[in-house]
Amino acid sequence: MRQGPSAWLLLVPAGAWLLGMLVLPLVVVVVFSFGERGAAGGYVPAFTFANYLNLGARWAAFRNTLTLAPLGTLACLIIAYPLAYFLALRAPARWRTLLLILVIVPFWTSILIRTYAWIFLLGGQGIPALLEALGLGAPRLINTPFAVLVGIVYGYLPLMVFPIYVSLERLDRRLLEASADLGSPPWRAFLQVTLPLSLPGVATGCMLVFILLMGEFLIPAMLGGGKVFFVGNALVDLFLQSRNWPFGAAVAAALVLVMLVTVTLYMRLVRRWAGGRDDVSLM
Amino acid sequence: MRLYALAVYLFLYIPIGVIALFSFNAGRHASQFQGFSLQWYGRALANPLVMEALGTSLRVAFVAALLATLCGTAAALALSSLAGPLRRLFDALIYVAVMIPGIVIGIATLIALVTLFDRVNPALAVLWPASGQAPQLGMGQASLIAAHGLFAMALVILIVRARIAGMDRSLIEASADLGATPFGTFRQVTLPQIAPGILAGFLLGFTFSFDDFIIAFFVAGSETTLPVYVFSSIRRGVTPEINAIGTMVLAVSLALLILAQAILRRGRRQGSGG
Repeated sequence: MRQGPSAWLLLVPAGAWLLGMLVLPLVVVVVFSFGERGAAGGYVPAFTFANYLNLGARWAAFRNTLTLAPLGTLACLIIAYPLAYFLALRAPARWRTLLLILVIVPFWTSILIRTYAWIFLLGGQGIPALLEALGLGAPRLINTPFAVLVGIVYGYLPLMVFPIYVSLERLDRRLLEASADLGSPPWRAFLQVTLPLSLPGVATGCMLVFILLMGEFLIPAMLGGGKVFFVGNALVDLFLQSRNWPFGAAVAAALVLVMLVTVTLYMRLVRRWAGGRDDVSLM
Repeated sequence: MRLYALAVYLFLYIPIGVIALFSFNAGRHASQFQGFSLQWYGRALANPLVMEALGTSLRVAFVAALLATLCGTAAALALSSLAGPLRRLFDALIYVAVMIPGIVIGIATLIALVTLFDRVNPALAVLWPASGQAPQLGMGQASLIAAHGLFAMALVILIVRARIAGMDRSLIEASADLGATPFGTFRQVTLPQIAPGILAGFLLGFTFSFDDFIIAFFVAGSETTLPVYVFSSIRRGVTPEINAIGTMVLAVSLALLILAQAILRRGRRQGSGG
């Protein structure tokens, strides 16, 4: 394609959309976060750091998010890795694509309905009733941190499997053969060849899941029963119930900031760990 | 290993299966299955609130995906021949659009648009001729389309650009050498090759909008989309009707996904074969 004025024209609609619906709103959030709350809610222009200094009032939400998001990411990783390994290296070749699609499909269906399924399963008439019928007691499952964790793993597992699968699938199998020829037992080949070479996929998966978990609202709202709440739940409360926009804007800005800092640190760490490899890509 | 994989697949699909199964339950109780019945589907489809929410969801998803596909495809075409700061700026913005949590996008759009409308509406009222009622701008389907379309557009750009990158460039050169106009080349060579990407982008954008809850929760104003309706009904208690609605929602997304996959795969085969 020739580069000319026409190329610029083609960019105008997308550019205007990104500017009007992404850049400007995000700037508004930053501006509002330094403002003051009006008498009836909303925003009064001002320049104050009071909202940021008040962030401690929502410390519990940040603490829950920063505990359960890494924990949920770890749980996803532990469950996803063996599956990705199976799909990439052990599954019969002609089933591989179908099996992979079956993992990814749930991610593209409604997270609301999938989380609702767990309300149904963990609720009083679901698994607890089943356990009781088996004489194992009736533990309370819904509205606990455990329920939130199950919801997280259920919701985000596909996102973890896919990048790990991709990095394992690209792995040069001759390295494994060489390792076996040189007399390494399989577990050593795994630790010294397979695992290090799959780390970029692990890093990508962890980051994707972690980023999405930081902004999670639905899973804690539906499975945590108001006891386990994330920053997302605090945001919904601040914007839709108490209508404290400037403070809400500060919480949102802080959330994005924490996210950016964690992700940057994590990327640095992974880069160093992977010995300067640069293929820790996101897509 | 196989057993482990089987267990994970069961974990992924049993909850969905249970919802689907109990949507056909004749009884009201979640604990036991009391025979096959379609009554909950009948009730859901006869509920005017459900049908209105479904209509809103479908309209918003269609328009948002359509606009996103048009703007996104145009941008992807332009970006493929572009380098330098403008390209990097767009890459960064698309990255931000995909990575910023939906909840932050929802909040940002809400407060930006409400503030804008608060400024514009009085001005409209002053400027409007005295004979008529001045229109009032507010949150609703249009703002939701704009917010959903943004994410859908980022998806379309990523998918179509990947498609353009995998395209056979020599065909374009050949077409130009044979004297085709740039538009002729686009219509007869480029477009057929990237069409599967465009279509898949549209379907994924539609699925995203149709399934999204969190952005709609903030941006839809007084309008109710199907996910927002389901969320508020769940708060009032679990009913078999929700199982039926949920099963239908899952079925719609599944059908669209399978379609998108089939189109992309067929396109890939044709692309590599031609």
